[in-house]
Amino acid sequence: MKTKSKTIYKRPTQKSKFVNLLTTVDHKKIGIMYLYTGFTFFLVGGLEALLIRLHLAQAESTLLSAAEYNSLFTVHGFTMVFLFFMAVNSGFGNYLIPIMIGARDVAFPRMNALSYWIYFFGALFIHSTLFIGTTAPPVGGYLSEESNLFSNAVAGGWFLYQPNAGIQFSPGTATDIGVIGIIFLGVASLISAINLTVTTFNFRAKGLTFMKLPVYVWMTQVVSFLLIFSLPFITIALFTVVFDRQFGGNFYNVAMGGDPILWQHLFWLFGHPEVYILILPVFGIMSEIIPVFSRKPIFGYATLVFAGFAIGFIGFGVWAHHMFSSSIQPLAQAGFGAATMIIAIPTGIKIFNWIATMWFGKRNLNVAMLFSIAFLINFVIGGVSGVLHAVVPSVWQQTDTYFVIGHFHYVLVGGGLFGIFAGIYYWFPHVFGKKLNETIGKVHFWILFLGLHLTFLPQHWLGLQGMVRRTWWYDEGMNIEFWNLISSIGAVTILLGVLVFIFNWIFSKRKGEAAEFDPWDGRTLEWSTPLPPPEYNFYDIPKVKTRDDFWHRKYAVDEENRSVSKGKHDEIKKYTLATTLMDNSHIHLPSNSLFPFITGFGLPFLGWSLIFRGTFMSFVLLSIGILSLLVGIFGWILEPEHE
Amino acid sequence: MSSVDTIQEHEATGVSNQKMAMWLFLSSEVVFFAVLISTYLFYKGKFSQGNLSPEELFDIPFTSVSSFILLMSSLTMVLSHNFYEIKNYEKSRIWIFATAFLGILFISGQIYEYTEFIQSGLTISSSIFGTAFYFVTGFHGLHVVIGVILLLTTGSQIGPNKNNRKYGLSIESLALYWHCVDIVWIVIFTVVYLIP
Repeated sequence: MKTKSKTIYKRPTQKSKFVNLLTTVDHKKIGIMYLYTGFTFFLVGGLEALLIRLHLAQAESTLLSAAEYNSLFTVHGFTMVFLFFMAVNSGFGNYLIPIMIGARDVAFPRMNALSYWIYFFGALFIHSTLFIGTTAPPVGGYLSEESNLFSNAVAGGWFLYQPNAGIQFSPGTATDIGVIGIIFLGVASLISAINLTVTTFNFRAKGLTFMKLPVYVWMTQVVSFLLIFSLPFITIALFTVVFDRQFGGNFYNVAMGGDPILWQHLFWLFGHPEVYILILPVFGIMSEIIPVFSRKPIFGYATLVFAGFAIGFIGFGVWAHHMFSSSIQPLAQAGFGAATMIIAIPTGIKIFNWIATMWFGKRNLNVAMLFSIAFLINFVIGGVSGVLHAVVPSVWQQTDTYFVIGHFHYVLVGGGLFGIFAGIYYWFPHVFGKKLNETIGKVHFWILFLGLHLTFLPQHWLGLQGMVRRTWWYDEGMNIEFWNLISSIGAVTILLGVLVFIFNWIFSKRKGEAAEFDPWDGRTLEWSTPLPPPEYNFYDIPKVKTRDDFWHRKYAVDEENRSVSKGKHDEIKKYTLATTLMDNSHIHLPSNSLFPFITGFGLPFLGWSLIFRGTFMSFVLLSIGILSLLVGIFGWILEPEHE
Repeated sequence: MSSVDTIQEHEATGVSNQKMAMWLFLSSEVVFFAVLISTYLFYKGKFSQGNLSPEELFDIPFTSVSSFILLMSSLTMVLSHNFYEIKNYEKSRIWIFATAFLGILFISGQIYEYTEFIQSGLTISSSIFGTAFYFVTGFHGLHVVIGVILLLTTGSQIGPNKNNRKYGLSIESLALYWHCVDIVWIVIFTVVYLIP
């Protein structure tokens, strides 16, 4: 290449495992890195939750101080929403989307690596609040004197209501670290959303028109749009807080004419689409698993897709149901209440689609399917308690109580987490070429299922009895000890289930049943590759004729609309496995690059230098940050296109 | 079989990847600025509470001139893009640097304006008007600064003997960004300066 001779940079070609980890631009590897990082944070967030539940197991508990408790639930929220859930969804999306649409990589491979590294360093940055964060007790402070890891971390709750999380009531650097960290994660999500959108739109294989896309691709596409249009709200909101806290702004300073309601509007204009950002990819996962294990095509494909879009649209119009107890107008309350009821309709359509897909299907009740069915049950319970929030007077009763906690944990744990586990059991053979053990998997499922209901069902009752959320202390004799204890036992049960899962993961990766090709008799393109897929995914870029193209290569349809095998399984398998041995030197994949890593590395230093500004340390941090950004960006621009 | 298979066989929609990505990014930017301006409007009714009102401070003729300069930079950007398309890289480079120069002029005007205002006593913390004003115009200024850096670095790679952006950020995408930042200023100028 002409550019090659002119440049002093070379693209990294070493194949050592560590260098490859830092420089990879392969969408599958980045997807797996997201999954591993996300799950690490799932364990961190889970332990935080466990501490909270252990503390609440008995009345008048002194296991944690109030400061530690406040920090724990705040960091738990940040970790689970931003560091676990969004990362795991990104991981699935990165891994699956190119391979589901018959592409060899995403549209911008280096951008993809950049969004991972920004997420990674942003996550570390947020957790630095535990180690270098400071808080000062408020005047007349009741906080415990002794300090440990958690007592000085960010403590404003995951939605950081103002002015409570403002400089006056939350002094110190802890809150700043949390706020700026979320700005970084927003940047990572935006890059990733744009990248996946362009990939979906432009990298579809020949013949794969929009209405033939797998439902999972559609759902992540809706999520990408939601991210593109909702992240600006949280970015502005967080910047207003940075302005107030760092530069003495008056956005939420009531004495100077500031109005804290602005924060609530901005936050929930992001925060409500955010819950769909978390759950829609899981809807997609369900729509992939249920047809495969019912051996039927998905029921009502178009309604499923358009219901996803409807949820995305209406999701922007219901944010104020989080704010019914604030000072918004009665007319607005009625409107947002109605919208909240309406958004239950497309969700209901989806539920019926999945049930109808299973109806009369040849169901295979393996672990992935068990998790999917449990998803349906849990999600309906969470949905029913959710649609109650459309009733304004009922919200006045429920808001800020454990009822709300019970509701959204049913949706996010019972729905989201179960769906993610279903996806892991389903796609594990694709990633590692081995199946997860079914027997251990069933133990995992039943323990988790029991744990979920033990933990979160009693919280509805506690909430209706008036137990407020984020409460560090409750007196004895209030008749809420029993269900709190049950809830805490449930939390320990969930821990047991997760431990069984980790054991299963390690065990099956070593000694699991091998899966060479198409273990589930799959429908979508990703199962047409050898397992685990080669770096280039497809030896021949597939040409698509129908929806569920891979299925129709294997099966024909008879007069009664039943699938009849064409007897081609072995032929397809033989050819596919043979391609792994063929010469693939004509397939050019994007070269590795170190610069996304360097660019991402610089961001936390910029954050710290802003927070600790005015000191010599801050100057050093700023220099490191700017240097690595400059090296990262200019190296990125100037490096040659190929190695 | 073709000699080289890259990761992409064809562009399914017919729009280039980078252009589509830039449009998506700009759609996010538009929401960003919409929220930014909404934040300003949210507080607009309360500005009288501060000691300095907008009417006392603004020098409309001065800001009009700097707005005109920024809008003219869109014209030079179009010229640059045009010459680039017809492969006249020499002139394309001249006009891209002219665009960057006009951008720098605009930023200088903003810095001058900020200094004046701060001397009159309007700071971020002095009143809600100060907070909102610096928030909105500051974020726009930041976008202009990033745009100028992009213009200068891109311009430095264009010319008769350069590689002329065979890959990386294309002139067209850069132009889209620059026009977007310009158009947003029309709204900000109207909302912040002109509407009483």
